[in-house]
Amino acid sequence: MSLHDITAPPLRAPGFARLPVLAAAAFCLACLAAAVAAPVLAPHDPADLVALPWQPPGDGFLLGTDQLGRDMLSRIIWGARVSIGLSAAITALAFAFGVPAGLAAAVLGGWADQAMSRTVDLFMALPPLILALLALSVTGTSLVTLTLVAAFLAALRVFRLSRALGVDLATRDFVDIARLRGEGTLRIAACEILPNAAGPLIAEAGLRFVFAFLFVASLSFLGLGVQPPMADWGGMVRENAGALNYGGIAPLVPAAAIALLAISVNLLGDRAAGGRTGR
Amino acid sequence: MKPEPAMKVPLLAIDRLEIEAPGKGGAPLRLIDGVSLQLAPGRVLGLIGESGAGKSTLGLAALGVLRGGQRMTAGEVRLAGQPLGRLDPGAMRRLRGREVAYVAQSAAAAFNPAQRLIDQVIETALACGMSRAGARARAIDLFARLGLPDPARFGGRFPHQASGGQLQRAMTAMAMCARPRLIVFDEPTTALDVTTQIEVLVAVRSAIREEGMAALYISHDLALVAQMADEIMVLRHGRMVEHGPVRQVIDAPKSPYTQALIGARGLVRTPRPSAAPILEVRGLDAAYGEMKVIGDLTLSVPEGGTLAVIGESGSGKSTLGRAICGLLPWSAGSVRFAGRDLAPELRRRTRAELKDIQLIHQLPDLALNPRRSVGAAIGAALARFRGLRGAAAREETARLLRQVDLDPSLAARLPGALSGGQKQRVCIARALAAEPRLIICDEVTSALDPLVAEGVLKLLSRLQAETGASYLFITHDFGAVASIADEVAVMKQGGLVASGALADVFDAPPDPYTAALLEAVPQLSPGWLDEIAARRSLPDTARKDHAV
Amino acid sequence: MGRLILRRGGTGGLLVLASTLLLFLAGEMMPGDFASKLLGASATPETVEALRLSRGLDASPAARYLAWLGGLLHGDLGLSLTNGREIGALIASRLGNTLLLAGLAAAVAVPLALALGTLAAVFRDSWIDRAVLVLTMVTVATPEFFFAYVAIAVLAVELNWLPSISIPRPGMSVWEVLQVLVLPVLTLVVTSTAHVARMTRASIVAAMEQDYVGTAMLKGLPRGRIVLRHILPNVAAPVSAVVVMTLADIVVGLIIVETIFAYPGMGQLMVDSVAKRDITVVQACGLIFAATYIFLNMAADMLAIAFNPRLRSAR
Repeated sequence: MSLHDITAPPLRAPGFARLPVLAAAAFCLACLAAAVAAPVLAPHDPADLVALPWQPPGDGFLLGTDQLGRDMLSRIIWGARVSIGLSAAITALAFAFGVPAGLAAAVLGGWADQAMSRTVDLFMALPPLILALLALSVTGTSLVTLTLVAAFLAALRVFRLSRALGVDLATRDFVDIARLRGEGTLRIAACEILPNAAGPLIAEAGLRFVFAFLFVASLSFLGLGVQPPMADWGGMVRENAGALNYGGIAPLVPAAAIALLAISVNLLGDRAAGGRTGR
Repeated sequence: MKPEPAMKVPLLAIDRLEIEAPGKGGAPLRLIDGVSLQLAPGRVLGLIGESGAGKSTLGLAALGVLRGGQRMTAGEVRLAGQPLGRLDPGAMRRLRGREVAYVAQSAAAAFNPAQRLIDQVIETALACGMSRAGARARAIDLFARLGLPDPARFGGRFPHQASGGQLQRAMTAMAMCARPRLIVFDEPTTALDVTTQIEVLVAVRSAIREEGMAALYISHDLALVAQMADEIMVLRHGRMVEHGPVRQVIDAPKSPYTQALIGARGLVRTPRPSAAPILEVRGLDAAYGEMKVIGDLTLSVPEGGTLAVIGESGSGKSTLGRAICGLLPWSAGSVRFAGRDLAPELRRRTRAELKDIQLIHQLPDLALNPRRSVGAAIGAALARFRGLRGAAAREETARLLRQVDLDPSLAARLPGALSGGQKQRVCIARALAAEPRLIICDEVTSALDPLVAEGVLKLLSRLQAETGASYLFITHDFGAVASIADEVAVMKQGGLVASGALADVFDAPPDPYTAALLEAVPQLSPGWLDEIAARRSLPDTARKDHAV
Repeated sequence: MGRLILRRGGTGGLLVLASTLLLFLAGEMMPGDFASKLLGASATPETVEALRLSRGLDASPAARYLAWLGGLLHGDLGLSLTNGREIGALIASRLGNTLLLAGLAAAVAVPLALALGTLAAVFRDSWIDRAVLVLTMVTVATPEFFFAYVAIAVLAVELNWLPSISIPRPGMSVWEVLQVLVLPVLTLVVTSTAHVARMTRASIVAAMEQDYVGTAMLKGLPRGRIVLRHILPNVAAPVSAVVVMTLADIVVGLIIVETIFAYPGMGQLMVDSVAKRDITVVQACGLIFAATYIFLNMAADMLAIAFNPRLRSAR
């Protein structure tokens, strides 16, 4: 209950400014376009040495060149494909396993729920980066390991959310009514529970995508993720780190791309969530 | 009644007040629309209206407060001669607690969980300059007069260590502690059981009278207001509909709306000749995990008639409904339906059995899937139980909607676009879609406004005559029982305390609990609460003496 | 309440034990064994066998797990796979550095985050709130290296105020060490503050929207008293938990920040060891990080229990 004096002007609920939201949407679309149409959009081959290393932006190379003299813009465009594709795959995997498992735990209850939930608790009690580092030291740097570990870590959170939504929805009266119609568990989960869980799950997908994206970028930056000659944004930051000492800004270009995309997706997610709750 | 006090300066004067809140499409919504009232010291004004009438908004405005987003656009509120709309925040703050205090509907949420009750009760008195010892003594005196157990030590409890009825009384003590001249009571007993409600009402009214305080008493229950107030104001959609002395408003209501409100309480059913039972419950035991809720319960529902199961919260009445329809398997006993034993578990019941027994819930908001249209909700039952699909299902859905007095075009809507009464009618139509022989109605009118509830009760009566379905009508509301039941069963703590034909149980309650329940049902007749208070004053005084 | 806290402590202990098992199993999954790895390709079968016997590698996995666990309890972390040095000695020189960095970051981040969150909540919907919202939205989604490199480009290279790599050396004065630490601390502060500030704001806003705060206003209490007596006591539990969680965030954030600034701490050691696939060092570092993280989260839960008035007055 929020109260205010009868004399005081009422609080104005802040609206989201339109411009940042539009800008975020535009940037996300641009990144998506780059990822899909990289071969068409990139002005140069990302592996070609086209100029001297660490040329400043301008003069034929819009974003300058990297540590070997490759076109930065083309590598950013091709890197989008790796970074975004990998993150999308991780998110999709996490949902493909997390949602059914979470709903199953909620609907089944009993020991099956206990076993799944306690296992998830165990892995969520450990720092995600440590788990990833451990897995990578066992298998060596490998994209498959990285993808699976990141998907697993994201799936833990998706599981928790789906289970919580499922438990909450399964006790609703309309689910009782469906049970009284004699409908099976699968049908109830699909027709009664899932449609009502969709909103929160979509918002979660945005969060998980950002998590996966930053996670992959961080590991690539540490040299443990995507390996050269493949270009991804985190790896490009690492490759070009040395430019800073010569007054160059080469590593800031991919780093800024990472930050901008993460912020944009978060902003759009907040916007969507706020729109739903009528904030 | 009290003698009319000299009316020089009214304690509270509200003049053509208008309050707006931001509406859906940006256009402001007028919550209070030109309401004026005056309240003299020591008088009690009852504010009555259905949800959305603006009575709580008006009550808060008397304290110079609005809810988030609201705005006073016109008019004036004067408290003790001071215009609240033009005071600075400090002056306004000093009026609150000293001149006017507030008692909320949910005292449980209104107390800070981290502090002992006594510290919260005396807080305002201390801020007014009373000594700690004096404030404590006053609080303990109020606790005693409000009938709280062990008044000297009651204040040492934390809020979660007191019951709902006790907290409601403690909040009244908190409001009275600094001796304000006006108290706003905002539905103070709505969340309580009837027997608890009556205790709180008696205690609160005698305390108001002894202290000589004025009060704004807000309620949706006309009978309660009639007992508590000297005058009544009826509000609807933020406008004043009627205002006058209690007896005048009740005995000779001028506006059709007030007449309808009073008439809604008078529905009485002509009893049917008793029929053979369609449902027989014998020696039923049911439990949630370790917690036993129903023990050795036996009752029956007459075919084509209505058994009302009455009980307070925690009596196990809703659990009974869930057990019968198969949502909660019972642990012992038997349930016979139409001559055949029902399996305790839902899985082991035949489709015909599922079809024959339908359930309608208390809160239609939760009983309808918010993502499924009205047509889909009814269609699912039609497809499952009667094999109707496509055009045939659409036709039948339209017929069912008409049968419950709804426009068939609502079939395309989502539940969110419907009013509470409409949603409950959709739930009824969904139950009817199965062509059931027994409908379990679990507090179906409790969440509805009186006039809407009356409409639903009438509809259920009519549908019973049309379809011949039997009802198991679960409720805590005796008023609703009289208008729909042939037989009644009274439950307490999971067992049966009384049962029989409606007239028999009502006219001559066979046991003290049923008698107490019946006595506690608010009546419009003048002096009803006084009689109860007189009957109860003896034990009350005894308790007080004992405590001191 | 005491029982609840003990139970949470027991869960924490179990979690640490479970993580040792996980770390051990990870080691078991490595192809090849410790002896052949350590001695390299040039070793003769005899020398490998001798080392195996001396390190107890011929025992069953269960026995080796128990032996490893026993060693951990005595502070014996084993030998590095790549250079055969004592892991204990390897870590000892870095643990202090890491604690210094984490401590400094926490000392700045926690008060800053609490202040920002409280300001945003108290002046809800004002420009302060909006500014904090935008700031946290940006920082929460930005990787550590972005800030670090912007800071290096501006503060170290462009303005030449601070060193761009942060290696404290023996003989440096306290002032010099602090100078070296400014950039990594700054990076950790920026990236860990957002989360706490947001949670602090949310806790306070939730407390302010409770009915009893409305009651306090209707009782005519002054604003200061409402905040002090009715809001803050009910915020203590969630906020204290949030503070401890920040520490856990900082511990994990360290791993990346140390690498960025080539800071000789535990995080950098662990990343290097992963690249070299030195599993024994990864195990030891991972255990220390995991145990700290588990311990801090446990402490957060215990604080929440201790501050809950319902549980506190129950007995």
